[in-house]
Amino acid sequence: MSVMEGRTTSALLYLDGVHVSFDGFHAINNLSLTLEPGEMRAVIGPNGAGKTTMMDIITGKTKPDEGTVLFDGITDLTRLDETRIAELGIGRKFQKPTVFESQTIEDNLLLALNVDHSVKGTLFWRGNKAEAERIDRVLETIRLTDARSRLAGSLSHGQKQWLEIGMLLAQDPKLLLVDEPVAGMTDVETHQTAELLKEINKEKTVMVVEHDMTFVRELGVKVTCLHEGTVLAEGTIDQVSSNERVIEVYLGR
Amino acid sequence: MPPPSPHYSCRGCIVSANFLDRLRAVLLAILLTTAFAVPALAGPFEDAVAKFANDDFSDTDEAIGAVAASGNPLAFPIISALQEGRLSADPDTKKVFVTGSDGKIIDAATGAAVDKLPDSAAAVRLNNRLRRAVEAAVGSLTLLSPDPAKRIAAAQSVFKSHEESALPVIDGALAKETNKAVKAAFTEARAAILLYKADATEVEKLEAVAIVKAKGDQEAMALLTGLGNELPPNVARAVTSAIASIQSNLATWSMVQNAWYGLSLGSVLLLAAIGLAITFGVMGVINMAHGEMVMLGAYTTFVVQEVIRTRYPGLFDYSLLIAVPLAFLVAGAIGVLIERGIIRFLYGRPLETLLATWGLSLVLQQAVRTMFGPTNREVGNPSWMSGAFEVGQITITYNRLWILCFTLAVFVILLAMLRYTALGLEMRAVTQNRRMAASMGIATSRVDALTFGLGSGIAGIAGVALSQIDNVSPNLGQSYIIDSFMVVVFGGVGNLWGTLVGAFTLGIANKFLEPVAGAVLGKIAILVLIILFIQKRPRGLFALKGRAVEA
Amino acid sequence: MTPHVLTRSLDRSASIFILVVAGLGVLIPLSNLLLPAGSTLQVPTYLVALFGKYACYAILALSIDLIWGYCGILSLGHGAFFALGGYAMGMYLMRQIGSRGVYGNPILPDFMVFLNYPSLPWYWYGFDMFWFAALMVLLVPGLLAFCFGWLAFRSRVTGVYLSIITQAMTYALLLAFFRNDFGFGGNNGLTDFKDILGFNVQADGTRAALFALSCLTLILTFLICRAVVTSKLGKVLIAIRDAESRTRFLGYRVESYKLFVFTLSACMAGVAGALYVPQVGIINPSEFAPGNSIEAVIWVAVGGRGTLVGAALGAVVVNYAKTFFTSGPLAPYWLFMLGALFILVTLLLPKGIVGTFSAWRESRKATEKANAESAAREDGVGEPNPAE
Repeated sequence: MSVMEGRTTSALLYLDGVHVSFDGFHAINNLSLTLEPGEMRAVIGPNGAGKTTMMDIITGKTKPDEGTVLFDGITDLTRLDETRIAELGIGRKFQKPTVFESQTIEDNLLLALNVDHSVKGTLFWRGNKAEAERIDRVLETIRLTDARSRLAGSLSHGQKQWLEIGMLLAQDPKLLLVDEPVAGMTDVETHQTAELLKEINKEKTVMVVEHDMTFVRELGVKVTCLHEGTVLAEGTIDQVSSNERVIEVYLGR
Repeated sequence: MPPPSPHYSCRGCIVSANFLDRLRAVLLAILLTTAFAVPALAGPFEDAVAKFANDDFSDTDEAIGAVAASGNPLAFPIISALQEGRLSADPDTKKVFVTGSDGKIIDAATGAAVDKLPDSAAAVRLNNRLRRAVEAAVGSLTLLSPDPAKRIAAAQSVFKSHEESALPVIDGALAKETNKAVKAAFTEARAAILLYKADATEVEKLEAVAIVKAKGDQEAMALLTGLGNELPPNVARAVTSAIASIQSNLATWSMVQNAWYGLSLGSVLLLAAIGLAITFGVMGVINMAHGEMVMLGAYTTFVVQEVIRTRYPGLFDYSLLIAVPLAFLVAGAIGVLIERGIIRFLYGRPLETLLATWGLSLVLQQAVRTMFGPTNREVGNPSWMSGAFEVGQITITYNRLWILCFTLAVFVILLAMLRYTALGLEMRAVTQNRRMAASMGIATSRVDALTFGLGSGIAGIAGVALSQIDNVSPNLGQSYIIDSFMVVVFGGVGNLWGTLVGAFTLGIANKFLEPVAGAVLGKIAILVLIILFIQKRPRGLFALKGRAVEA
Repeated sequence: MTPHVLTRSLDRSASIFILVVAGLGVLIPLSNLLLPAGSTLQVPTYLVALFGKYACYAILALSIDLIWGYCGILSLGHGAFFALGGYAMGMYLMRQIGSRGVYGNPILPDFMVFLNYPSLPWYWYGFDMFWFAALMVLLVPGLLAFCFGWLAFRSRVTGVYLSIITQAMTYALLLAFFRNDFGFGGNNGLTDFKDILGFNVQADGTRAALFALSCLTLILTFLICRAVVTSKLGKVLIAIRDAESRTRFLGYRVESYKLFVFTLSACMAGVAGALYVPQVGIINPSEFAPGNSIEAVIWVAVGGRGTLVGAALGAVVVNYAKTFFTSGPLAPYWLFMLGALFILVTLLLPKGIVGTFSAWRESRKATEKANAESAAREDGVGEPNPAE
């Protein structure tokens, strides 16, 4: 069940009537979706349902043809670029784990820290204790403390997924968009990831896109099923997975 | 009737002119024969000719004028014989003889053949003043030349000189002229004379202005602007308005001319870029040696022509037809070798591909320099590609026209190939989704090699065409590489139509900028504009959107 | 365990580099000036000038490595910044000729007299003062790079697209500088220099000093580059190189970083050009030729991109080879060799000399360590992917 903290009545993320088409192909079709502060939401749907495109829209990578995308009830995300949106406090983990492979794990986290990101700030940057402590904490959370000086490129696939989640943590965003976090993970790792996300959700709002229904069930949160760029069903995992249309287009009988 | 000319070309009007001309000559011959059959009556022409025998400079002068104005077909042989000292006269009989350049002698008054000159005959003498008169007479008499091209040229020179003395000849010639083009030229020449003739009537002058206005070119403009101020007010008004109309006419034609030059340049750019649109646009391989593929095509043409020249000179007109498939094969084969030997190891590393292929371009250039020498090589135009024809006020050369047609043909064939052949289908499949294509059983590496070979082969074909308008040297390719990339990037990568539009847009823009900014500055301006444009639309005019962009 | 194994090992090669350059910068001029001409240890003046040229090329290589090796921006137009710096210096040297030119005009350089310039074009004002020219050496390439980069990076022109338009940029400049009415001497460029800061440019002492200055500048450039790449900004640059879009989603304004490093790099290239011109005695439009810029890129590739020492080393090695081969009987084959170098380095030695060497040393160390711990858990050191 969703965890409602009831801080505010307005949604943290609000999408309404969003349309995007690429050369005549309607990737997103009248998509409306709201995410309450502190909520964790799982988004499922077949390939090409528009899950990744939806994340592209929220993070400013793709501009919608029409529709409203509001963050915190006031900020129009369609007008901002990726950098600005990241600064607002929206972090994203990509479908394919993307870490800085030629740099150490520690440097990856250092780069992710939400400190001064200006050219001047980084040119004259000196490490400090607070930052080092934050990195240590994240390393512990993602269980990579021993590997901290290894190059990120040498990590296993699952470890890279975790490192990327760790980078999200270091970024300390209000909203985390997590695209397929358990793809290519073992069952144990999947379970650990679910635990980790639930832990993160205690402080932050999270949107998870995932195909792994066991994982989604384990998260135990409100589920939205997308199909052909629009919301097909929304509700608890049981409600959604018993929905005739969802079974037809996605889950199969 | 003479047989119709076996030589056929686009210049239909000239063919018919030739034909009419022959007809006219035949008719004239018949007329003359009938005339000679009747014993010659002493007419004004005969009297005039007889004056040459007086051995008096002023009589000779009169005779020249009278003969030149007579319109008699013997006038030209007489006057030119006089000019070359081949006209002789017998003061006793008052008979005048023309000794032809072939030694045959005729009676100047009747045209009847004469066996030998009488002993008392002496050459008609000239002084400097008379020589000038003879020259003028020859000029006006070429208006009566049997060759229509000469008649037109003579009429045009009269148009420019608007010499009043030519008027009677023109009038006479005009009356008899049947060739339309020559007639028009005569009419224009006559109008030019009348415009400058002090005692021409206002009506005549107004008509003349209308005719010159209709001619509407640079010369007409010069003629009208050269008119003095002492014109009747009506005529002066007509002249002013004619000048204005010619000016706007000329401006329109210069636009048309620029557009044609632009199309021509665009076709060259398209030709150079079209192979690149395949290798860079479709495959995403940046091949800096693309220009060298073009160069290899040009050198293939050179080799083909050399072989033809030394062995089968009769085939010269077919040299390009032979060179096109050969150039495709040569450049295509080298392209496949490059892909297999270098590029396939560098997929996904475009910057490295760029450097390696640049290195390759150096090697290829130097190889050609070693084999063929560093200087320009002579590649000839076959007869069907040389020459030009005129449309209104502009001249269109055949080689440019053929290259435009050829480019469009290559473009259409390529489009059809991509759409309808198995290789085309496989190519599109591989470029859209390599993994999927592979799992469908397409040999992706074979398709890569063939696609690259295709792009290179087309560059080779481009080289054949470009050898017709550019210097064939080892540096030929370098001069096209930057332009080609500009075209592909401007048009939008991965879109052949974009390349087409890009090439013609850049070609036309360049040629319209050139008169304003000069050739070099125009080119710089275009480069700067493209740089700015790419920054506005990084994916070009016809950009692909969506996920494909990230691939 | 410290996290900066790589950096520390670089530290050693960096100090070796600085020592070697400084040593040459002192010893070569001394040998040239103090030892008697003809003695075996005396470096002849023509070699001093040649080495000075190499030093300038090394600075250019560093500037290219800074953006290509660390930020993934492959500029095929750095020769343009080099040439612009060179022209700024050339203009100063032209003004210094004064009335000693062929036509003896105290203000106008010879080519302007020849082309009937009525007066000095406004953009030549101020170049009679060294400080102004020196400022322009930095400012002109820097400003061009800033404007160009501002447009390009903001609209996210990346990868080969950027390479191609940088090439178009230098090509456009090439065409422009070839024009007589552009006011920079057209085809012939600027030459026949007399003196610099009052010293005869041909004199041994001046040449030796210019060489020493080039070495000093090389060291300074190296230190600046090193300071940049070892700072956190350097890490951001590498992040941009490896995963630009990821960096953006972390909240970095990628275009600002690129713009900063591109402009800095252009200024360095300009300085290299300015030092180059008095040592070779001429600057002409052919310096803008696209081929020159690409050749400079291959120096970096040969030495090892992403390693500053490698870039400088590559510049010297390739240019030494060029001098050696183009002056001997093998001259017609030099372009074959250069072309083959492009191909072989990209295919077989993508990390370059220094990169390959340090990777080899790293892996040896790793094996030793692994042997010592007798627990090999690594599946190989990750391949950095320097360009995308």
